[in-house]
Amino acid sequence: MSEILQTILPIVHSFGGDLFGPMLWPLVWTVVKIMLLLAPVLLMVTYITLAERKIIGAMQVRPGPNRAGLFGILLPLADAVKLMCKETILPKHADLKVFFLAPALTLVPALMTWAVVPFSPDLIVADINVAILYIMAISSLGAYGVLMAGWASNSRYAFLGAMRSASQMISYEVSMGFTLIPVIMLTGSLSLIDVVEAQKDVWNVVPLLPMFVIYFISVVAETNRAPFDLPEAEAELVAGFITEYSAMSSGVFFMGEYANIVMVSFLGALMFLGGWLPPLEILSFIPGLIWLGIKAGFLMFVFLWLRATFPRYRYDQLMRLGWKVFLPVSLFWIFLTGLTLHLFGMA
Amino acid sequence: MVADIIFYLFATITVVAALGVVSVKNQVHSVLFLVLTFFTTAALFVLMGAEFLAAILVMVYMGAVAILFLFVVMMLDVEFASLKKEAARYLPLGLAVGLVILFEMVVIITQIHIEPGAAAVASDVPNTLEIGRVLYTKYLLPFEIASVILLVALIGAVVLTFRDRKLAKRQSVSKQHARTREQAVELKKVASGEGAS
Repeated sequence: MSEILQTILPIVHSFGGDLFGPMLWPLVWTVVKIMLLLAPVLLMVTYITLAERKIIGAMQVRPGPNRAGLFGILLPLADAVKLMCKETILPKHADLKVFFLAPALTLVPALMTWAVVPFSPDLIVADINVAILYIMAISSLGAYGVLMAGWASNSRYAFLGAMRSASQMISYEVSMGFTLIPVIMLTGSLSLIDVVEAQKDVWNVVPLLPMFVIYFISVVAETNRAPFDLPEAEAELVAGFITEYSAMSSGVFFMGEYANIVMVSFLGALMFLGGWLPPLEILSFIPGLIWLGIKAGFLMFVFLWLRATFPRYRYDQLMRLGWKVFLPVSLFWIFLTGLTLHLFGMA
Repeated sequence: MVADIIFYLFATITVVAALGVVSVKNQVHSVLFLVLTFFTTAALFVLMGAEFLAAILVMVYMGAVAILFLFVVMMLDVEFASLKKEAARYLPLGLAVGLVILFEMVVIITQIHIEPGAAAVASDVPNTLEIGRVLYTKYLLPFEIASVILLVALIGAVVLTFRDRKLAKRQSVSKQHARTREQAVELKKVASGEGAS
């Protein structure tokens, strides 16, 4: 992988440098890199929707969608065409500027975080030394899209859904951040590449198993997925903050939601499951990219599995779990990690 | 050159958004402009090489503080007409406070002399590391005092808003889980026409 890159990259750089000039080329190259990153990400986002229906179908002993193409493989395409052709209905009393800004502000942070995600030691758009902080900072912006959607729709269902959703996202962001701190403490670096390389001997999931469990439950809650999908509890709030959205504007919300799921799955694989490192040294002939894909894919599968298995939580139970269980436990674990590192002189 | 263009772009957005905060009529829009100001300020921090401060600014101010602002402002139902009348009444006071702040800022800015082009930290050390080092060695005492003040404020907020509602029916999850069928369900023979008691 890296050999091919090393032979191709200089050719591309010299060609591009001639074509655009030394001033413009770095900008163009960055845009090209972003495109090369976003294309597979968006492909994953579209196909996780199909995977969701297929997997839940299999779990409920029914075939799932199977009409569009072989095994329904063209379904995401058909969905996209359907969403684009539908009429966009605008609520009469909506604040239209905020109304249209909201879906964009849900999708954009979800895609922005990908900039610092490494797929292998040299396959990364921006290798910055505060990568984990950057991810935590950008993912905290997701709540704005939801709040703005709920407020701008000027509907009670949407507003209640937004209020619930935003408080849920803020609450679980705290415990998600705290579960990542022990990992940072073990690594001694905020760069995701360093975090993965530090797991060469033993994956972080072994010493930090409780943190991994809390991390996963927190991100399920933060991405507003079942069993914590209260913001769009259809039995009580119609569709939560998406109630007034139609056609592609609601489609963008769903894209943001699925992009977040894919993102936190990759982050979990990198932080706790050893990223692109193979589980055994013998298996290292398989490329790291495939290992990372398998690990992240497994976490995504668990997301869908949870949805098919558990009933929805009640709102007060959700808040209790976040603040009264996860927060103290993860704080205690940070203390414990620090104490262990100090006692064994590893810090 | 490119960095200059980016700087002026973000600086312009920051100033325009900051003006928007105080000039737009709708207070939700005003908070959203405030959020934009925070974000572009964070971008300016990144341009200066202070990526840790930028990340913290986004995480704390945008991710938490401004969201709470938005929460409160969205839930309030304020009449704009009456607000405008009030605004005229408090204008002199506001101007006075503004002038005092301006005076203080001018004094401070003219007092401090920063070498143009001086980097905040040595360029070979990531500034996250450097901030951590300085914070826990040189400025340990002020840092701890600030933490304790924040803790006091936190506890104060809890104490002020806490109401012990005697009548509220609280749920104990562990008790609920410990409940067995025998405690919860009772079979009764009900005579026809009398009902269960």
